[in-house]
Amino acid sequence: MLSVRDLHSYYGKSHIVQGVDLDIGAGEIVSLLGRNGAGKTTTLKSLVGLVSGSEGRVELDGRRIDGNRTCAIARQGVVLVPEHRGIFAELTVEENLAIAERRGSGRTRSAVYDLFPRLAERRCNRGDAISGGEQQMLAIGRAVLCSPKVLLLDEPTEGLAPVIVDELIRIVRGLAQEGIAVLVVEQNIRFCEAVASRHYILSQGKIVFEGTSDEFGRASDARETYLALGSPGKSAGDAQTIRQGINQ
Amino acid sequence: MASMLLSQVANGVGIGIIYFMIAVGMSITFGMMRFLNIAHGGFYLLGAYVGFELVQQTGSFWFALVGAPICIGLVAWLSEPAFSVLYRLSHNMQILATLGLALVIQETVVLVWDTVGKHVAAPGGLVGAVAFGDFVYPRYRLFVICVGVVLAAGLWLLLERTNYGAVLRAGTQSTDDIELLGIDIRRVFAATFGLGAGLAGLAGVLAAPIRGVEPFMGPEALAIAFVVVVVGGLGSFFGALAGGLLIGIIQSTTSVFWPAASGVAMYVGMAAIMLIRPRGLLGRA
Ligand SMILES: Nc1ncnc2c1ncn2[C@@H]1O[C@H](COP(=O)(O)OP(=O)(O)OP(=O)(O)O)[C@@H](O)[C@H]1O
Ligand SMILES: [Mg+2]
Repeated sequence: MLSVRDLHSYYGKSHIVQGVDLDIGAGEIVSLLGRNGAGKTTTLKSLVGLVSGSEGRVELDGRRIDGNRTCAIARQGVVLVPEHRGIFAELTVEENLAIAERRGSGRTRSAVYDLFPRLAERRCNRGDAISGGEQQMLAIGRAVLCSPKVLLLDEPTEGLAPVIVDELIRIVRGLAQEGIAVLVVEQNIRFCEAVASRHYILSQGKIVFEGTSDEFGRASDARETYLALGSPGKSAGDAQTIRQGINQ
Repeated sequence: MASMLLSQVANGVGIGIIYFMIAVGMSITFGMMRFLNIAHGGFYLLGAYVGFELVQQTGSFWFALVGAPICIGLVAWLSEPAFSVLYRLSHNMQILATLGLALVIQETVVLVWDTVGKHVAAPGGLVGAVAFGDFVYPRYRLFVICVGVVLAAGLWLLLERTNYGAVLRAGTQSTDDIELLGIDIRRVFAATFGLGAGLAGLAGVLAAPIRGVEPFMGPEALAIAFVVVVVGGLGSFFGALAGGLLIGIIQSTTSVFWPAASGVAMYVGMAAIMLIRPRGLLGRA
């Protein structure tokens, strides 16, 4: 579905993403892991045309989308939920959704409210008057209204309570079952292991590990070197501990 | 005395509504695209002249009132891609480039219509005055107030009750986040630029029967729009409305008590408001 070849991105002279290759199939959930500053966010932003100094080949269903404008890429079906969520503070929850809704796309606001009942209760609240968890749901719901083929999630669980993380796990699985390809950047290994079937590790702008969940589980060396983390099984129940481990 | 004051306040409202129309486009353009357009007064000037020309050609003020703003708006809308290269430049560069454009517009107007002021007559039905008890007020000015009220209400609905308006309000926060939703922000910019220019053009036509038409009304409009935007708060719709009305009323009431000071009064008012509220009446904190 989405194939990325030899992606390079620069901020001025600094070479941030250095030849990244990625593949994500329809209905597949893939994680992209790595330390702070590894270039994960830059990679996602490059895919949707938000980094002006980036080159490489990005194909969606065999058609090149690199070089297109961000709005065109989103219309073609690659939709990013950014790290900062991008909720419009002055707009109500309803308006935040309404501007993303496309007539005739089959995705409607009411379907989003069914998916996230809490948003329905907050419908008339301003974007800056809802909780962090609700903002993340709104950001994902809004992205869904854009009829994504590929959904890029940048640290969706950041700052969320464990119950809400569980809810997100269900939601993301549900979206993949509809055939949406999901690439999720995360610090939260528990979340990644719960949803993703394949994992990439990024270090200093390069992919240093790629493998299935099983392979990832066995690759304790790679995890230790690139994520500063021991066996994931040990404390997999507690997202916070892992998060702290990774952030060290 | 009371009725004289009342009629000056009414005049102030009428002029203030025109100021609002001039300023709101500049304010929104700046709030959304961070684009400081010194040539904005040129749209007002062109509106007045195109309106004058349409009245000459067709004999109908009504035709001019509708036609001129549409012309100005369309031209601005279609030429917005040329303006958009300026958005990324520094404000100094924007000021220099659009100041040049403002002069080009002004000199073109002089070339086509020469420097002699032109008169535009109010349409037949709006000549004379209406009396409310012993308060007598010119019909045309009353008409301007009505147009302004309807227009302000319509604009408010557009900004607050449509998706286009929601995108505009969101766009002042982040254009990248808008584009991530598959919305082409450049098209929204272009439409908004056209709308703002059309409103300034409408102000030009409406002002013509009151103050006549002459080539130097552009800088005057720019100065007023600047004051209104600063007083009301950058990027704020209600700020432009409140600022326009306030400046209009200050100007016309001082012209009764101290005619010589009416020109400088709006700047004094601006300075006073800047001292109390540096971000303007309704500016964002
Ligand atoms: N706008 C920018 N201008 C210049 N350098 C940047 C910019 N954004 C990020 N960088 C640099 O690029 C590198 C990669 O940043 P990026 O945000 O992609 O990392 P990340 O993997 O997402 O980290 P985190 O886990 O902290 O979100 C960092 O060294 C950062 O300092
Ligand atoms: Mg990041």
